[in-house]
Amino acid sequence: MSATPTPAKNGGSGSIQKERSMVLQKDMIAGHYDALEQAKESGRKVVYTFVPGNLTELLRSFDLLPNLPEINALQSGMRKLSGDFIQEAEKLGHSEDVCTYVKCDIGMLKKGNLGPTGKKLPPPDLLLLSYTGCFTFMKWFELLRHEYDCPVAMLHVPYQSDGQIHPHHRDYIVEQLRSEVIPKLEQVSGRGYDEERLQQSLALSAQAEDDLVWVLESAKNVPSPIDAYFGGVYYIGPLFSAFRGTPEGVEYYRTLRGEIEERVREKRGPITPDGPMAEERYRLVVEGPPNWTSFREFWKMFYDEAAVVVASSYTKVGGLYDRGFRHDPARPLESLADYCLGCYTNLGLPSRVGLLESYIREYRADGFLINSVKSCNSFSVGQLLILRQLEERTKVPGCFIESDLVDPRYFSSANIKNRIESYLQMLEQKRGVRVGT
Amino acid sequence: MKQALGKIVQQAQQLYEDLDLAAVRAWKQAGAGRKAIGYMPMYVPRELIHAAGMLPVGIVGASDRLEIIRGDAYFQSYICHIPRSTIELALSRRLDALDGMLFPSICDVIRNLSGMWTLLFPDRYVRYVDVPQNFDARVGGAYWRRELEQLREDLSALAGKPIEDAALRAGIAAYNENRRVIRLLLAARSRQPWFYPISELYLFLRAGNVLPVEEHTALLRDYLVQAQLEEDRREQDRSRVVLVGMFCEQPPLGLLLTLERAGCWVVDDDLLLGQRWITGEIPVAGDPLENLVQAFLEQSVSTASRYEPQGRRGRWLVDSVRHHQAEGVIFCAPSFCDPALLEQPMLVAALEREGILHTQFKYSEDTGQFGAIREQAGTFSDSIRLWSEA
Repeated sequence: MSATPTPAKNGGSGSIQKERSMVLQKDMIAGHYDALEQAKESGRKVVYTFVPGNLTELLRSFDLLPNLPEINALQSGMRKLSGDFIQEAEKLGHSEDVCTYVKCDIGMLKKGNLGPTGKKLPPPDLLLLSYTGCFTFMKWFELLRHEYDCPVAMLHVPYQSDGQIHPHHRDYIVEQLRSEVIPKLEQVSGRGYDEERLQQSLALSAQAEDDLVWVLESAKNVPSPIDAYFGGVYYIGPLFSAFRGTPEGVEYYRTLRGEIEERVREKRGPITPDGPMAEERYRLVVEGPPNWTSFREFWKMFYDEAAVVVASSYTKVGGLYDRGFRHDPARPLESLADYCLGCYTNLGLPSRVGLLESYIREYRADGFLINSVKSCNSFSVGQLLILRQLEERTKVPGCFIESDLVDPRYFSSANIKNRIESYLQMLEQKRGVRVGT
Repeated sequence: MKQALGKIVQQAQQLYEDLDLAAVRAWKQAGAGRKAIGYMPMYVPRELIHAAGMLPVGIVGASDRLEIIRGDAYFQSYICHIPRSTIELALSRRLDALDGMLFPSICDVIRNLSGMWTLLFPDRYVRYVDVPQNFDARVGGAYWRRELEQLREDLSALAGKPIEDAALRAGIAAYNENRRVIRLLLAARSRQPWFYPISELYLFLRAGNVLPVEEHTALLRDYLVQAQLEEDRREQDRSRVVLVGMFCEQPPLGLLLTLERAGCWVVDDDLLLGQRWITGEIPVAGDPLENLVQAFLEQSVSTASRYEPQGRRGRWLVDSVRHHQAEGVIFCAPSFCDPALLEQPMLVAALEREGILHTQFKYSEDTGQFGAIREQAGTFSDSIRLWSEA
């Protein structure tokens, strides 16, 4: 349902210099996949888990290596491999109607389980089923359990239909951590639970989270120094995947923040695959995940029109840090519970509408766009009502497009481009003057 | 058909066709201050609603009997049909008799529908019923008890009076009896399916969505007896099949008729599964809320939206085939139904390990053409009868 690509090579026509944070992230992720590939030789145990509700600090405190199938799937999408993987899964009886992340993952497994960097991924020693904000997660890992015949630790995270964290919801998660998750992590790793180590890791998480929030909120500047959707998926990468609670994660976000601070000082816009954006004509808020199979093409449709995404809900699927949440070493398990409960897709529709409304206002957006993906009912069901509610509340017009996560059959480039261009023309006509120029 | 049976079949048929909830309105008008609470498939603790003096009303969409106009404007084409017909029912004021709605945790569609309801109908009571997926009494049980306590408080507030333990015990007893009669009926159907064809049996189960539980139990008892008196219902050379995948969005009645006409006796199914979610008796004595908690943890059916800690997906289906002496399985799931369709490969694998025959197709609640389904089901039935080794 969510995730984070590695920085793509500059394939654009402009010449851009890679910033240090881009190089850092690329090296971090490559190093992680190297560690996964060598897990068997190095004796390290591997835990498959999901981005929303991930318990990276806890896994790291047991010296376990996380592997995130969503990330592998989206990387396969960006590398144009997902279409074959999906068709492989469909040949094996997986319905054309269901989540393409799942089918991409199953297809990848059946075709040799080569990960995004072309290296073989190790089988899981444990499936950590963090059932947070997405029903499909449960079936996904049940399917993987059939393939790998390995233990599963189930963590049921109650849905926040009213947007509130109820104490008994937190207690339920903490009890599951104590009675279900930690014992299985101990068993797999052969180590005891070390709360002090977990606390140290959580303290590092909070540092990185502070810097991520600063980066995301820098988009309140005009012009925005970042694209908070297409660029945002890179920024959330380390924190939403394997690097929360690590010194490398802290360094990455400190470096990134420094770069963005410089852009703000110099009133520069975001960096795109075709180079820095020279002009900001439209400020948009985006709801929904991106399409990964045509990610660059999709992004180009925006920056070619000088449209910048200033806030997005997708960058909150792995945690709603910009609304104040921080991992807290003083209450380690409770803090992990609150984290899980607060992930974006675990929030009821009224909370989601409220959040998007506040983004439109706080980030002074000219419009908002919903990218409705076929694969993800967790995101998509209710989005047409979200569209109406936002238009009514903010009087800002919205745009609705449809695509998919990693199934190339569901990305209709001409239709989407036409709709985005028409929408932006409508915004232009509506206001009569350009913003930020 | 004898007159007595004809009369109750007609009654069940009328209740099935009544999209305006006339029976619910009539029940409410029969007593001052009566309230009705709707619930989506599958499991909600109806005993609590009953104990509050309210009528639980099962809402399962509109089948093929309502043109969807406004509902389609709220959902993309790749989303199943039940939420659009349910929204259509609500926006056309056919659900106005309901004083509240419960949305159990089946899938992300029904989950998000609960939020849509909150936004669209801000003056009505709405609750998402998030059942536990951890079945340890100290963990999932403690959580579920707290959830039930909150639901009890909410319903008490809506009723204007507290829900007493005695009333809850009476509710448990009433639903125990209802489930007991359903089990009797399903067992009789399994033994002699020609007396209880699925297209008729379904109507009687479906009546439980709108009738008070005591009336429904009486109706089922009547049907159990009356159907057996039909002398022209005789054993025929048909295939005994289990139907799987229909636990949420319901098939149109025509589809069930089509399966019969294609030569199938349905001997087990997961239609309206919520009515038989609890597989045994819930103790009446003792702490009634705790009894509900324990029953959910220990006596729930196995189905796609419920986690299987032991990873034995499909075991229940193999057991069902054996228990009901079925000769094959028909996977019949709604289009775009995540739980049923994601589950299917695991169920297929379980059947194939046991050498059990199966076929599969999809439907929508408003499917109107059954030719292809009849041909497929007929071929499947023929293949069992003519070429199966059994």
